[in-house]
Amino acid sequence: MRFPAQNSRRRAALPAEAPSRHREVRGPQRTRSLFLTVVLAIGVGTACLHAEVPVAVGSKSFTEGVIVGELTTLVLRAAEVPTEHRRELGGTRILFGALEAGEIDVYGEYTGTLAEEILADENVDSLSEIRDALGRRGIAMTAPLGFNNTYAIGVRAEVAEELGLRTISDLRAHPSLRLGLTNEFMDRGDGWPGLRQRYRLTQENVRGLDHDLAYKAIGSDKLDAMDVYTTDAEIAAYDLVVLEDDLAYFPRYEAVLLYRQDLVTRHPAALAALDQLPGRFDEARMQGLNGAVKLEGRREEEVAADALAEVLGLTVTTDAPSLTDRLGQRTLEHLFLVGVSLFAAIVVAIPLGIFAAARPRWGQVVLGAVGIVQTIPALALLVFMIPLLGIYAPPALAALFLYSLLPIVRNTHAGLVGIPAPLTESAEALGLSSGAQLRRVGLPLALPSILAGIKTAAVINVGFATLGALVGAGGYGQPILTGIRLDATPLILEGAVPAALMALATQGLFELAERRLVPRGLRGR
Amino acid sequence: MIALEAVCKSFSGQPVIQGLDLRVDRGESVALVGPSGCGKSTVLRLILGLLRPESGIIRFDRRALTRADLLSVRRRTGYVIQDGGLFPHLTARANATLMARELRWQPEKIAHRLAELAELTRFPVDGLDRYPTELSGGQRQRVALMRALMLDPDVLLLDEPLGALDPLIRFDLQRDLRAIIRRLGKTVVLVTHDLSEAAYLGDRLVLLRDGAIEQQGRLVDLQAAPASPFVSRFVAAQRTHLVDEPSRAQGAAR
Repeated sequence: MRFPAQNSRRRAALPAEAPSRHREVRGPQRTRSLFLTVVLAIGVGTACLHAEVPVAVGSKSFTEGVIVGELTTLVLRAAEVPTEHRRELGGTRILFGALEAGEIDVYGEYTGTLAEEILADENVDSLSEIRDALGRRGIAMTAPLGFNNTYAIGVRAEVAEELGLRTISDLRAHPSLRLGLTNEFMDRGDGWPGLRQRYRLTQENVRGLDHDLAYKAIGSDKLDAMDVYTTDAEIAAYDLVVLEDDLAYFPRYEAVLLYRQDLVTRHPAALAALDQLPGRFDEARMQGLNGAVKLEGRREEEVAADALAEVLGLTVTTDAPSLTDRLGQRTLEHLFLVGVSLFAAIVVAIPLGIFAAARPRWGQVVLGAVGIVQTIPALALLVFMIPLLGIYAPPALAALFLYSLLPIVRNTHAGLVGIPAPLTESAEALGLSSGAQLRRVGLPLALPSILAGIKTAAVINVGFATLGALVGAGGYGQPILTGIRLDATPLILEGAVPAALMALATQGLFELAERRLVPRGLRGR
Repeated sequence: MIALEAVCKSFSGQPVIQGLDLRVDRGESVALVGPSGCGKSTVLRLILGLLRPESGIIRFDRRALTRADLLSVRRRTGYVIQDGGLFPHLTARANATLMARELRWQPEKIAHRLAELAELTRFPVDGLDRYPTELSGGQRQRVALMRALMLDPDVLLLDEPLGALDPLIRFDLQRDLRAIIRRLGKTVVLVTHDLSEAAYLGDRLVLLRDGAIEQQGRLVDLQAAPASPFVSRFVAAQRTHLVDEPSRAQGAAR
């Protein structure tokens, strides 16, 4: 299982591991024994796991990041260091935050990103300055892996040959060239405006467009030059010539690995293993690896394993999990996210709904508050949780929990408030205490409405939980995320279809539960 | 047994009960009558503590009603309303025994008591496992009566208990209810707008108007010596056309 608990460094025993013989004990005692067992199981589990915590390799949510993550994972495994790859966790901030928090141990980063973004306040420039600044945060850095993935200008090979273009300075003599630049590159201060100034370029025919579209346009002769990343697989595929940055305008984005300094004490063999990678991967090789994944549709693990065999002579076996294994794993992860968050929401929301019904004035406050939570876009809610709860399951659980509150609170409230006055009065007049009125009359009468609320929350949760993959919580969102990145419809379906089926099953299950739980006298009213 | 002393109650500034004084003796059966909105039902709610008076005292068994006594007073009081107020999620049996189960009576005692009440109220035993929606209106009122009598209360408060029933069933139930009241000797306060029903089930009639007593006594007293033109009109209006003007009523029925 891949569900880390917030405080226990990534892994906690699941309650399901509690011995089942306790089931026979009845009543409050059963609850207490169960609770103790769970606490004990978590405690023992955490203690055991602590000695054997594997190295966690993180990767950013784009192909090159995932490949570097696989290279790192496989090279560590080849040295018999237990390692797990947490794929596609997000962007720079999430990965670096997770590294600082100890949620991951290693990930691939670029020196330019370190200097310009992560350590921007510290005005670092050289590799050694970066290394020092990281060291103060308990983080170490390997030597560069060998490729510099920075911006560059790519020109169609024919055009370059015809005009004799070799450097960016050579562009100055050809103001009529058609340039297609990504929107981001057009806008960034260190993009086109700065480049144009530095090289005194005069091209007027400059269009902003999407990166992938630019490749398609240049492939069909509609453009002469475009901005590229130096490790883009498409450079070779579209037969482009990368012009030399002769005035050294673009910052260097050397790929390095960042790792926690405490890694050496926990896994002494890890550093030597990681040290095999630097200097062995130049731009051409990285272009090839990116191309193998993006253009040929091969799996990152395979591509990385082949590269390690070729470059380091390492034989690593990649165990490609079968479709059923993958589905099983993700189903468990998805159910965990939905189940835990929904359970917590039920435990909190029903009392809130009861309170709202009992105290109308405060009730409006409660209903308003949970309503506001619902207006926060799902994605934003998830992102808000990251600084508070880190990555993996906790932020996803918290966001799902908050999202589940409204339907349950509102339906509990509506169910109770909607009970006809003669019935509430009869319950009161019988001499039932207010607790007994709720237990014997209020809640049973509100049950259909409460169940409907829980059903709504559950079905929404199943869909929303796919977003959990954005923070590394796994589930059906994982293949969807990868599928979007690789533009691979089968992968997207591998996540979307089970998610839809689970939503339908949830719906069906609740309808069954309604039939079982709602007494005949309340049905068909 | 029950006494209201100078009780006032208003709803959103509108006075409903205005300085009402009412005594009901132990074992007495009193029928509250009067036009709609005269405060009849409010009186029952005040006795049960479902409503609190703005001023005045309500006594139950000579003790002034306080918050702390509410539960015990309600448990010594059976309450039946027009539609029975049965809980739709419970069977007839569960409705009738709800309070006894809540008080953790022995199951044998509950079963025994229920059998007794089913016989008393002439409720068919095979209907006990039906839900209220599966019962006829008359049966529902019998269940409501069983529920009200389950704890063997001292007082029965009946708020138009037969108001929603069709005439034939109503006639049966009136007869059964009278037998039950006579037999059990409970203190009864009955609210009805039907003067003949009031006279049939109540020892004493209390005619309310605008939240105060207009006149009380037996029906013959009200007929013979009406305290005000209102009383005469109220009594006259309730005289059945069948008795008064047989020819025309028969004509209308055709």
